[in-house]
Amino acid sequence: MTRPEYSSDMTTQVIFSSELQRVTGVRETNVEAEDYRSLVSEITDRYKELMATDIMDMSVAINGEIITEPMLEKISPGSEVHFLYRIEGG
Amino acid sequence: MSEAQDFKYIGQRTIRPDGHDKVTGRANYAADLTLPGMIWGKILRSPHAHAVINSIDTSKAEEDPEVFAVMTHADIPNQTASGVQNILAKDKVFYHGHAVAAVAAVTESAAERALGLIEVDYKILKPVMSIDEAISNDSPLLHDDLFTKGMAEDPAVPSNISSRNELSKGDLEVGFAEAEVIVEREFRTATVHQGYIEPHACTVRYDEDGQSMIWCSTQGHFAVRATTASMLGIEQTNLNVIASEIGGGFGGKLPIYLEPVALVLSKKSGRPIKMQMDRNEVFMASGPGSATRNWVKIGAKKDGTITAMKAKLCYEAGWAPGSSPLGPACMTVFTPYDVDHQYVEGYEVVVNKARCAAYRAPGAPQSEYACEMVINELADELGIDPIDLRLKNVAKEGTQTMYGPKLKAVGLVECLEAAKSSEQYKTALKDNQGRGVASGFWFNVGGESSVVINMNEDGTGTIVEGSPDIGGSRASMQMMAAEELQMPVEAFSAIIGDTQNLPYSNPTGGSRTTFATGMAVVEAAADVVSQLKERAAATWNVVPEHVDWKNGAAINTKGEGVLTAAEICGSAAKTGGHISGRGNISARGASPSFAVHLADIEVDPDTGKTTVLRYTAIQDAGKAIHPSYVEGQYQGGSAQGIGWALNEEYVYNEDGRLENPGFLDYRIPLASDLPMIDTIIVEVPNSFHPFGVRGIGETGIIPPLAACGTAVSKAIGIRMSELPMSPPKILKAIHDAS
Amino acid sequence: MAKTHVTTTINGDLKEFLCEPGDTLLQVLRDELGLTGTKEGCGSGDCGACSVLINDRLVCSCLVLGVETNGDVIETVEGIGDSDKLHVIQEKFLEHAALQCGICTPGLVVSTKALLEENPNPTEEEARYYLAGNLCRCTGYDKIIKAVLDAAETMRESA
Ligand code: FES
Ligand code: FES
Repeated sequence: MTRPEYSSDMTTQVIFSSELQRVTGVRETNVEAEDYRSLVSEITDRYKELMATDIMDMSVAINGEIITEPMLEKISPGSEVHFLYRIEGG
Repeated sequence: MSEAQDFKYIGQRTIRPDGHDKVTGRANYAADLTLPGMIWGKILRSPHAHAVINSIDTSKAEEDPEVFAVMTHADIPNQTASGVQNILAKDKVFYHGHAVAAVAAVTESAAERALGLIEVDYKILKPVMSIDEAISNDSPLLHDDLFTKGMAEDPAVPSNISSRNELSKGDLEVGFAEAEVIVEREFRTATVHQGYIEPHACTVRYDEDGQSMIWCSTQGHFAVRATTASMLGIEQTNLNVIASEIGGGFGGKLPIYLEPVALVLSKKSGRPIKMQMDRNEVFMASGPGSATRNWVKIGAKKDGTITAMKAKLCYEAGWAPGSSPLGPACMTVFTPYDVDHQYVEGYEVVVNKARCAAYRAPGAPQSEYACEMVINELADELGIDPIDLRLKNVAKEGTQTMYGPKLKAVGLVECLEAAKSSEQYKTALKDNQGRGVASGFWFNVGGESSVVINMNEDGTGTIVEGSPDIGGSRASMQMMAAEELQMPVEAFSAIIGDTQNLPYSNPTGGSRTTFATGMAVVEAAADVVSQLKERAAATWNVVPEHVDWKNGAAINTKGEGVLTAAEICGSAAKTGGHISGRGNISARGASPSFAVHLADIEVDPDTGKTTVLRYTAIQDAGKAIHPSYVEGQYQGGSAQGIGWALNEEYVYNEDGRLENPGFLDYRIPLASDLPMIDTIIVEVPNSFHPFGVRGIGETGIIPPLAACGTAVSKAIGIRMSELPMSPPKILKAIHDAS
Repeated sequence: MAKTHVTTTINGDLKEFLCEPGDTLLQVLRDELGLTGTKEGCGSGDCGACSVLINDRLVCSCLVLGVETNGDVIETVEGIGDSDKLHVIQEKFLEHAALQCGICTPGLVVSTKALLEENPNPTEEEARYYLAGNLCRCTGYDKIIKAVLDAAETMRESA
């Protein structure tokens, strides 16, 4: 896949949903993380108001692939991580 | 990646394995099981839409000689379990039909009679029956502790607005400043029902010191077990839930209504219990899809470049906060369009109607209806063909969605092009006829699926899956196993395991079964293949790497020898025991399916009657495993959407009572209401799936709303906005305009 | 309440049963006789899932009382086709994938049989109107109608 431009610095770009933006105050941030767990601990450290429980109910898209149970996901440098409302079907 | 794969079994039109039983009447559905000593349960329902329960007196019913047990909310062991107040109301009823008590009696009619012996003292409250009423300042409150979630500031006072959502990308001001033409309009859609033909039913047996069992019709029997076990405070291992054949669901058989009540009645009476809703109860107390009021504004340049899209959505949840599909509604509204500046805010309100349930692509039909109607109006304003306008702004690989990720390869361009070159689009229309085009987008979900393939001694296999088969998915599972094992489809049977036979599987819903459970089947089949190779290697005394699997047999690449599955399985006991493959997965990589529909409708200007003359449904399947059932999903979704657009709606009287809880008055499309529904299957593979599959079950219900809405508007030359566009409404619009 | 003794022929077999005056034929078939192939979708004559033939006439069994059927010849879905061979209608439903959930299928098979007995060569429109009393929520009817017309053709050829 084509890497986004910011990938040169080997970090992962995290994009918050509008709901989470209200807590973080920013739309996106870059973090260095090897896996999803460390990514969550990094951003909850960075944004004190952001609770792990806020994101637990959300789905996650890593490089466009929607993952409902991301806890053990590895994250390669240059990845893009989005938090989404949880999607359920009919 | 799965481009240009050659398949041997996938893509064929095999006969489904459960078909024979279904055409002969042998297949057993929810209401078809009778147990020895069984008695019948029935539910007493509130005649009021909004009332406080002062007291319930069950003593007369309890004394009745034909009655074995009576229960109310107080008899549910775990009073704090989630959803428990919808099972039996606690101190307030929130909708006409809300369950308040239940009895078990010797026959169904005795149970019904006994309901009349229960005395409930209500204090009637004013019901809140619409979004407009719910948000007005002097509206009665359903819940005096409901504070709107998701507001910038926490609200100081409670209201009927339960939550607010917001999504955005880009800068609307910039986008609208660039626009040369702007169209904005408000739309309303009515409360609708999934309308499955089989009413909810179950047969249960409570067993003090062993296995309690539930036989029921559900999209997710593991969820039935979890909910019921939690409400009864029992261990999951002591409750086996068997998924009967299911007579339709469309999201409406995800929630649980009867099972915990039946099990408590069984416990109290010491007898097996059967419960079945009658059709009135199905309409009153299950299902409905949210009524909505949605506003959309879109700006474009004269050349058709869309510059900004804005929406404000309002969804009813029914009485229970959080029950509307507002999140997905916001996420889907503009996804078919690659436009830099988009914004949506959404509100959910509570009203005195049954708790809303998912309905096929929950949330998307209503919000995308509003968007697609405005797009079609914009096309008219700009003098651009509506398909060309869509193509000019089309979402494609790399499009940044408003809800998050960029899209991977998707098939919307291909669908639009197929629509444009379809026969229907080239056919001329006559007077009083109109044509509508609309796109639809749905994410599809992945989720947890558990599958075991047990290999028999003769080399055939049994696929045990955890996803209730609602529309022929067992056939697809057989085909995927056959493909992976390179063995004939007939070598496999497929069954839905009880909750005892398999670990947890998510419900059948979200268009996930062929995709996710299919992936689990492939994984289980691959597991079988690797074990078969190991056994062959052991027989030949070579390492497994020197064994190939081809055409259903192991081949010794380092010497002579071929062993078929039958030979390996027949001697499996000698090489380490019998073989079963396992695929317990949390599937990822669900990929969206886009659709484009065309509707040609004629309106009789004297009566307002609509006739759907012609209909084409085009949709990206990624890869169609069983094309007939893919087409069937497109056609079924289309028919439901056509019903939603043209006829279906809940009608309440001023006291909030549902006035049309039956198929006579809640009119779903009949055979005589519809034309043939042409289908075109587009296949742009989902790169995350071994065979390229996308979910396809839900998208098809989205485009019909705007396709039909536009066709009707064009046929009468008046822009309609409110669904359903039923004859009285059309007639009124014609009269008002003249 | 006193029960009434009723004698009927169902799918070729002599069947006797006792029923209460208020019991519908549908209840008798399903709950007394264990013939659960006939389905209940509404109980009010609106869905056709309970379709059966009484003396070759197509009826909704939920609208007929059990006591009314004394002496009648009744055919249900279980009586259609032989035990080792499906009826052409049933075969065509499978071939055309004319069912998804299948709850409407028994009723449709019975109704189609009645249709083709009355009119061996129906037009699409005639088939659609004849079957308008059989609701299907899953299929959009397209494949059902195709199966019915194909069955009609096959039956005409072999007649
Ligand atoms: S059950 Fe008889 S018509 Fe519906
Ligand atoms: S196949 Fe489900 S109702 Fe017809």
